[in-house]
Amino acid sequence: MDDLLGGYSVYIYDEIDQRLVDERVAQFRDQTGRFLAGKLSEDDFRPVRLQNGLYIQRHAPMLRIAIPYGLLASRQLRALAHVTRTYDRGTGHFSTRQNLQLNWPRLEDVPEILATLATVQMHAIQTSGNCVRNITSDHFAGIAPDEIVDPLVWCEIVRQWSTFNPEFAYLPRKFKIAIAGAAEDRAAIQVHDVGLQAVKDDAGEIGFRVLAGGGLGRTPILGAVIRDFLPWQHLLTYLEAILRVYNRYGRRDNKWKARIKILVKDLTPAGFRDQVEAEWQQIRDGDATLTSAEVDRVTRRFTRPTYEKLEPLSSGYVLALGRDKAFASWVRRNVHPHKVPGYAAVTLSLKRTGVPPGDATAEQMDAVADLAERYGFGELRVTHEQNLLLPDVRQSELFRLWQEARGLDLATANVGMITNIISCPGGDYCSLANAKSIPVAEAIQRRFDDLDYVYDIGELDLNISGCMNSCGHHHIGHIGILGVDKQGAEYYQISIGGAQGNAASLGKVLGPSVSQDEVPDVVEKLIQVYLKQRDSDAERFVDVVRRIGTEPFKEHVYGAHQGPKARARQLAAA
Amino acid sequence: MALIKDRKLALDSWQLLEPGADGALPSIPAAGDVIVPLSSWQALRNELVARGDRLGVCLGGGDEPAAIADDLGRFQLIAVRFTSFTDGRGYSIARLLRERYRWRGELRAIGDIQRDQLYYLHRCGFDAFDLRDGEDVETALAAFNDFSEAYQTAVDRPVPLFRRREAAGSR
Repeated sequence: MDDLLGGYSVYIYDEIDQRLVDERVAQFRDQTGRFLAGKLSEDDFRPVRLQNGLYIQRHAPMLRIAIPYGLLASRQLRALAHVTRTYDRGTGHFSTRQNLQLNWPRLEDVPEILATLATVQMHAIQTSGNCVRNITSDHFAGIAPDEIVDPLVWCEIVRQWSTFNPEFAYLPRKFKIAIAGAAEDRAAIQVHDVGLQAVKDDAGEIGFRVLAGGGLGRTPILGAVIRDFLPWQHLLTYLEAILRVYNRYGRRDNKWKARIKILVKDLTPAGFRDQVEAEWQQIRDGDATLTSAEVDRVTRRFTRPTYEKLEPLSSGYVLALGRDKAFASWVRRNVHPHKVPGYAAVTLSLKRTGVPPGDATAEQMDAVADLAERYGFGELRVTHEQNLLLPDVRQSELFRLWQEARGLDLATANVGMITNIISCPGGDYCSLANAKSIPVAEAIQRRFDDLDYVYDIGELDLNISGCMNSCGHHHIGHIGILGVDKQGAEYYQISIGGAQGNAASLGKVLGPSVSQDEVPDVVEKLIQVYLKQRDSDAERFVDVVRRIGTEPFKEHVYGAHQGPKARARQLAAA
Repeated sequence: MALIKDRKLALDSWQLLEPGADGALPSIPAAGDVIVPLSSWQALRNELVARGDRLGVCLGGGDEPAAIADDLGRFQLIAVRFTSFTDGRGYSIARLLRERYRWRGELRAIGDIQRDQLYYLHRCGFDAFDLRDGEDVETALAAFNDFSEAYQTAVDRPVPLFRRREAAGSR
């Protein structure tokens, strides 16, 4: 068992971890059998299947497979490719929560899919439903130069604590926890139900800054700090206190007011904190208090790669950078610094124009699994921006990797740019959506098809959600696009000024929503204002919005006295 | 309705008294073991204590277990009602009753109680389950074996897996 994924830096199950996942497969097989035999009603089956990641969607069930904190071994990605090819139509969708979604599995096949996944230590446990969901993290965890604490071990400890937690399986609503450990927050911890920022105190002891009550959706709000420093030993008891207060007092009368953010808001962050602290005083120092032996055990089960001692700069790499402009652009956008000299992290883009953001074919998955072995230690990451990441590439091999990635259509050099669109699957697949997302993403990508122009615009996060559930995180896009239903027609509400990271902010709605055809025009106008107003290349779109406010953008998009439709007609006539 | 107690089919000697639709307190029969709503206990405490037969109290999801913390010696049974199985408040109430208030008597889950929730209910401290109409007892009894281990602290295994692993000398 221990050698199953030998040498890779994902967490390796022990016998008990494996047994629990196997027992879950058997349990779900039995439940599905009873449902199909008519012994379990749809209402009674629904929460049970949701806690195994299974939705009933527009065309077919959708299965959301957990990729804990976005970490994958090559062997696991090959299993995902196999499942995608065998039980789906050959394409999977990587989501903003670092999971993989299949849109065409048959309900009858799902137990078999889960059994296949269990053979590579994977599952779909608690990827949906009103329970603690997949723990998300920084996709540069363990390799980021600005890292203070590697969050992965803590993610796994919380994953185990939350898995089949008997008290918190029927919460008022879903519950998302993100853990970050670097100077820059790349896990969006401020927009999670609970965000944990791993820090060190003056004595070098690890602890967590605890945020609660953040979230997007219908009532977007940034989380409030409820504890500045929680020593690591208390992580699980403190989470238990938070969850217990939420489970008991979170609203259950209205689905739209059931997230923890509403409870925190109603009690005020200070009032909520007082309740949590009071509960925690009752259970702190109990048996759930973590031990260093457990932290060591989990740490050892992440077999970290053995890095070679390399020169910080390879001459072949420097030469290639000077020789090949396209390679240099790709490096500038898709290659990221690594804490070990001579290594780099590489984003393999799933944002090629014409392909739904985050989608990968089974062939691409297999190919990426190979790349991760040949250009790394057989491990890769799923980013919350819906790309794949090779974490440990030798700098000297970047050029060769780039050539291979181009051949696989995975080298679109647009990370951080306007065309690196983050998008939910939208109305093409999702039955919750008000409007389509994918064609809007594609129309924008087509409008901005000149790479030099895209680079000139510079850093810009553009996020699209097909409905208020905000799976595309539109509130924290520099430009956010939200699908809305307007008397049965699909419209889009545009907001600007949102941001992720340490200086997270929520975007402001620009004005009346616009039709699908108008979206690229509106985005282009926003860019025109930005380019005119920026004081230098260094001032990003979102910086300009923060400096000058939304008014100049609004005026240019809507005109002084007329709506966008009239303006569009005028433009067309001109 | 079938009662499972201590993982076995059991006979139910208790009469569950429920408030009227308007919240009116149920009338209390002169004799027999009864489970009364918390509101009855709070209003008719002396009368209920004076009855000779056994007494149980039923908490709803919104009730505070602290409200009966000082009275636990008066009861032979505590029931927690799940109006819907998706309302998970009762799981926390059960843990509080067992772990904080040290309730050792029968803890019965009543209401929308089905096979697929029994394992978690049991972990949180319930030892009796008043199954919803139509639930198959044999199928339900199998639920207690859904999982053979558990990571977290709960009533059935107060010591979390990581401490038990340590004690066993696991790597």
